[in-house]
Amino acid sequence: MPSDFETIPRETGAADGAPPRSEVSLTINGRDWSGVIDNRVTLLDLLREEIGLTGSKKGCDHGQCGACTVIVNGRRVNACLSFAVMHQGDAVTTIEGVGRPDALDPLQAAFVAHDGYQCGYCTPGQICSAKAVLEEIAAGVPSHVTRDLEAPIATTAEEIRERMSGNICRCGAYANILAAISEVAEGAR
Amino acid sequence: MRAFSYEKPGTLAEAAAAGAREGAKYIAGGTNLIDLMKLEIETPAHLVDVNGLGLDRIEETAAGGLRIGALVRNTDLAADPRVRRDYALLTRALVAGASGQLRNKATTAGNLLQRTRCAYFYDTNMPCNKRAPGSGCAALEGISRQLGVVGTSEACIATHPSDMAVALRALDAEIETMRADGVARSIPIGEFYRTPGETPEIETVLGAGELITGVTLPAPLGGAQLYHKARDRASYAFALVSVGLVLREDGTGRIALGGVAPMPWRVEAAEAELGEGAAAACEMLFAGARPTEQNAFKLPLAERALAALLAEARS
Amino acid sequence: MLFDTPAKENPIDRAREVGQPRPRIDGPLKVSGTARYAYEQRDVVENMAYGYPLGAAIAKGRVRAIDTAAAEAAPGVIGVLTTLDVPRHALGPMNTAMLFGGDRVEHYHQAIAVVVAESFEEARAATALLDVDYAPEPGCFDLERVAREIVGQPFCEDDALVGDFDDAFLAAPVQLDVTYRTPDQSHSMMEPHATLAAWEGDELTVWTSNQMIAWGVRDLAAALDLPRDKVRLVSPFIGGGFGGKLFVRSDVVAASLAARKVGRPVKLALPRPLIANNTTHRPATVQRLRFGATEDGKFTAFGHESTSGNLPDGGPETATQQSQFLYAAPNRLVGERLGVLDLPEGNAMRAPGEASGMMALEAAVDEMAEKLGLDPIEFRILNDTQVVPGKDTPFSQRHLADCLRLGADRFGWGERASLPARRREGRSWIGIGVAAAYRNNLLMKSGARARLQEGGGVEIETDMTDIGTGSYTIIAQTAAEMMGVPLARVTVRLGDSRYPVSAGSGGQFGGNSSTSGVYAACVALRTRIAERLGADPETAVFEEGEVRWGNSAVSLVEAASGGEIVAEDSITFKGLGEKYRQSTFGAHFVEVAVDAATAEIRVRRMLAVCSAGRILNPVTARSQVIGAMTMGVGSALMEELAVDKTRGFFANHDLAGYEVPVHADIPRQDVIFLDETDPISSPMKAKGVGELGLCGVAAAVANAVYNATGIRVRDFPITLDKLLPHMPPF
Repeated sequence: MPSDFETIPRETGAADGAPPRSEVSLTINGRDWSGVIDNRVTLLDLLREEIGLTGSKKGCDHGQCGACTVIVNGRRVNACLSFAVMHQGDAVTTIEGVGRPDALDPLQAAFVAHDGYQCGYCTPGQICSAKAVLEEIAAGVPSHVTRDLEAPIATTAEEIRERMSGNICRCGAYANILAAISEVAEGAR
Repeated sequence: MRAFSYEKPGTLAEAAAAGAREGAKYIAGGTNLIDLMKLEIETPAHLVDVNGLGLDRIEETAAGGLRIGALVRNTDLAADPRVRRDYALLTRALVAGASGQLRNKATTAGNLLQRTRCAYFYDTNMPCNKRAPGSGCAALEGISRQLGVVGTSEACIATHPSDMAVALRALDAEIETMRADGVARSIPIGEFYRTPGETPEIETVLGAGELITGVTLPAPLGGAQLYHKARDRASYAFALVSVGLVLREDGTGRIALGGVAPMPWRVEAAEAELGEGAAAACEMLFAGARPTEQNAFKLPLAERALAALLAEARS
Repeated sequence: MLFDTPAKENPIDRAREVGQPRPRIDGPLKVSGTARYAYEQRDVVENMAYGYPLGAAIAKGRVRAIDTAAAEAAPGVIGVLTTLDVPRHALGPMNTAMLFGGDRVEHYHQAIAVVVAESFEEARAATALLDVDYAPEPGCFDLERVAREIVGQPFCEDDALVGDFDDAFLAAPVQLDVTYRTPDQSHSMMEPHATLAAWEGDELTVWTSNQMIAWGVRDLAAALDLPRDKVRLVSPFIGGGFGGKLFVRSDVVAASLAARKVGRPVKLALPRPLIANNTTHRPATVQRLRFGATEDGKFTAFGHESTSGNLPDGGPETATQQSQFLYAAPNRLVGERLGVLDLPEGNAMRAPGEASGMMALEAAVDEMAEKLGLDPIEFRILNDTQVVPGKDTPFSQRHLADCLRLGADRFGWGERASLPARRREGRSWIGIGVAAAYRNNLLMKSGARARLQEGGGVEIETDMTDIGTGSYTIIAQTAAEMMGVPLARVTVRLGDSRYPVSAGSGGQFGGNSSTSGVYAACVALRTRIAERLGADPETAVFEEGEVRWGNSAVSLVEAASGGEIVAEDSITFKGLGEKYRQSTFGAHFVEVAVDAATAEIRVRRMLAVCSAGRILNPVTARSQVIGAMTMGVGSALMEELAVDKTRGFFANHDLAGYEVPVHADIPRQDVIFLDETDPISSPMKAKGVGELGLCGVAAAVANAVYNATGIRVRDFPITLDKLLPHMPPF
C-alpha cells in the first residue's frame, strides 16, 4: 500500500441548509403528475420512489445497463441520467403505460411467447427500448450496422441487435428477445 | 450528489449570466454530468439548464457547410440527411458511440465536453490529477489498457472518450461559443482541447461560463468517409482505438484517431503520407508516443485499422 | 420422501404438463413491470427510510475512526451507523469476509458505514460527508506471485492421484505441458443487491434478493445473534444471482442493523460501483495441464493442477473438479492449491469450478488433439469413459459421445478446415471450435407444502427461489401433473422463509431438487385426498381434475368441499450418489470471425447439445442454456475484473468498465436436448442444465479462434491485443 494513500485530497463540502427543491409537472402514462421535489431526484427515482411506478428498473444508475429505459416525448432515454426537474411538461411512457398483465401490448405478449427474459429485471427496459427501436428504424434513423446511409433501412436481425445493445441482459436472453421483437416487427409490416 | 440549485434560462444572455455564477455548470443532455455528479466527481452548486435556448437546429451556412446547434441531439445529428450524404464520417462516428438511449439525450456540445472514462478518475478513493489536482496518477502504475498513448503527460494518461469529436476533428469543425461577457467566438476544434501537461484538470480552452452555442462544418470534403471503432464487445463500449478516415479520389484525405489521446487525435502532416500507406501515416501520428505495457497494442491496432480502412476506401 | 432407489414409473411420466413447452406463469408480471423486486416493496411497511452504504477506501488495514458529525448534521439524516459501532459478527459457513462490523478492513469497498435519511438523495449526499481515518496495511494482490510461491505445495484436498503420473507423463510418446489463466469475473446480475429491513419488536423481516432463503435466515440470524425463528426472509423475485446472491451480503446486515438503530424500516441497495469489490467474484486461476498419450491418442497421463487465491480461510476455485471425471487415463494428477490474497472474497459464480476449469481443460484437449493429428471430436470420444476414471463407479448416464456426434452433424463440423487459418471471408478469418460440456449433477434436500384449496385449485408453497430459472413455472407444471389439473389451476408461492425449506437456487440443483420436493408434497397430498375419499392412495389416479379409482370418480372440487386439504413433505436423496456418479454432459460448437486487420473477434453462430435427463420445460431450459452460452461468450472474449496489484482492488468496478455481452455480441444460438430421462437422479428423472450450458463454451470459442487464426491464447479473455502480435501483416 503506498504511503501517500491517506493523504489523497478528499472532495468534501458541507451541505448548507435544506436541499433546493423545484416544482415539476409532467404527464406519465397519460396522467398528469405534479409535485415539489429535491432537484437531485432523477426521473427514474421520481417514478420509482415518489410515484411508485417500480416497473422501470435501477440496474446501475449510471447509464451503463439500460434497465431504466423509458420513453420521453416519443424517444427512449435512460431515466437514471435525467433530472426530474428537467422534464417539466414532458410526456413519459413507462412499462406500466405499455400494457398491463391482463392487457398486454403485442410486444409484451411476444416477450412472454418467446421467453424473452429470465430474471425479468431488465425486461421493462428491453420492452420500452424495443418499442422505440422499431419506430427509429421506420423513421430511418441509421445505426452502426447500417451500411448504406442514404437507403431505407430494413428491420433485420443485425439492426435490431445493434440498436438493442444499450439494454444489457445478464441472463442472456438476447436470442429470445430478438425473436420477440422480430415477430412484432414482421406483424407490423 | 451535492445539493444544487436549478434554473432554466430562456435566452443566451440569461444563460451566460447564470453560467458565470460561482459553482455554476451548464447542463444539456446530462448523460455524463449526472453520472459524474452521482459520484461527486462533478459538484456544481448551481445547474443552468440550457435546453430552453433553442440551439437545436442544423442549418446550411453561406460557405456551403452546416451549422449544428449545440443542443442537437446525437441521434438527430446522425440522422440528418445532409449529414448522412455529405459528412458520412460524422454519422458513422456518432452511431458507433454509446447506445440509442444515450444518443437520444446527448447533445453536440455535451459530447465535445465529455470527461474521461479512466477508472481512477471515476473512483474518488484513488489519486487522479484530473479529478484532484496534485494527488497523482494511479493509472501510470495501474490499469491502463484503455488509456492514452500519445499526447499524454506524466500527470495524466487519460483519453477523451468521444467518437463524434474524432469525426469533427477530421472534418475541421469550428466550435462557436459565447463568453460570459456576451462575446461570441469561433474556435477551430484543433485548438479546442488542451494537452494535459501539469494541469490535466483543464481540458479545453473554454473560459469560465463560456457556453458552446454550435459547431460549424466547412463545405463537404467528398471522398470515401469511413470510421472503424475497435473494441472488445461489439457495441455499447468505449473505443480501444477508433480511426476516422476521409479519402478523396485525388488521394488526399484526413485521418483522426480516437481512444489514443486526451483529445481526438490528428496530425495533419501524417495525411501527406496517405499515399505511402498506414505505417507511414501512423509513424507521424504516433511520433513521441509513450504507451504503457498494457496499451502499447494501440499503436499496431491503429495502424492495421487504418490500413483496412484505406483498402476499403480504395476498393 | 426418501429417494434411495431408482425411480419407477410415476405420474410425471405422463408428461402432459411436465416436459411441455409452457410459457412462464410469471411472465405477464415481468413484462408489465409489476413483478416486485426487493427494493420495490412499498406497501409492506410504513415510515420507511433510505440507507446508503460507504465502502472502504483501502484494501487492507484498520478503520481508526469515522467522523460522522457532518453527515449527522446533513439535511434529512436520521442516523449513521458505522462499522466501529458494532462488533464483528458471526459469518455463515461458506463466507469469509466480514459483512459489517469491527475495525478490520479485509478488502476494498468492504462496507464500513451506512447513513439513513428521509430520502435516497439525502442519504447518498450525507454518506460522502463521512470522514474516515484509516490505518492501511500492505497486502498481497498478485495471483502470479502467489502461484510461484506455492508451486509444488500439497493440494487443498487429498491428492487425486491415480497410478504414477510423473513416470507415465515422462514416458508418454506424445506430451503436452501448458499453463492457462482465467481471470477474476463478476456476476454482474442486473438487480443490485438490495434489502428492505423492518423490525417488529425482536422480530426481523427482510425483503431482499437472495437465492437461498434458508441459508439466508441461518446466516442473518447468526450475524445478528438472533434465534432463527425471529428472522423472516422474503425474496419472491430475484433480478439475477449467478451465485452472487447465494449468501446474505452487506446490504442485508447493514440494513438490518441500521433499521434497529433508527427504529424505522430501512431499505438499501448496493450502488453498482460498489458491487464488484464489496461482494464476491469468481476467482482467477492459473492452471497447468500436462497430458501424456500414446501415438494413437489414448491418454496415459492426465495432469490438471489449479492455483487460485482467496482471503484467509477462504476456499479455492475448484477448477479441477471435472478433471476427475471427464476423460479416461490410468495415471492421474488432479488437484488445487490455494494462496492468500487480500482481494475481495472469492466465492461461487455460476458453475463454480467447472466454468473456469473447462475453459482451460477443453482448450488444452484441443491442443493435444492437434499434437496427435487427431480430429478434436474423435480424440475426445477415444478417451471417453463410462466409469469414473480410477474408480469403477458407473455414471448414471453418460452420453457425451452422442452429444459430440450429434452436434458435429448439426453444426456442419465437416466444413471445418482441419488446419488453422485456412478459411477467409472478406476481411475475416473464420473458424469453428468444439468443446465438451460437463457439470456435476448435485442433489439437495427440498421441501414443499401442497394444498388442495376449496374450489379445487392447487397451491404450492416452498421457499424455493426463481432467479430467472423458471422455478415458478416448472413447479406449477409438476403440481399440475401430479394432481391432474390444468396449469391455470395451480398457484405457486416462492421465496419466503415461512414456507418449507427447499433446495434453493444454486449449483444447477434447484430445478430438479425443488420439483422433486414438490413431487413428494403432492404424493402426500394425493394420499390425504385419497384417504378422505376412502380410495387407495396407491392406485388412485389423479387426472382431468378428478380422483379415479375402481369405478369411482370424484372431482377435486368435490374432494375439497369439506375444507382444504394440506400436506407437506420433502425429498431426501440418499445412497444413489455413492453407487452412481451423476453428471450432465454436452457439447458446445462455436463459429467465430476474426477481423484480419484489427483481430476483433465476433461469434457467428453457436450450438449446444445437452444430455441432462428429463427436460422439465424445454422453453425455460433452453433459456437457461442460451443464457449460459452468452455468459460463456463473455468469459471467452471480454470479461475480466482488472486487478490493480498496487492498490489491491478491481479497478473496472461498474458495467461500463466490466464488459458483459450485449445484444450485438450474440448470434444465432441453437440448443438440442437429448430425449432422455435419468431414473437414478430423482422421481422427476431430471438433472440440472443451467450451468452445463456455460461449461466449455469459452474453450469452444478459444478453439474456434485458433481454428480461424492459428493463434492459441492461453490467457483468458481472448482479446485483440493478445492476437495482434501474432497476426499476419495486414
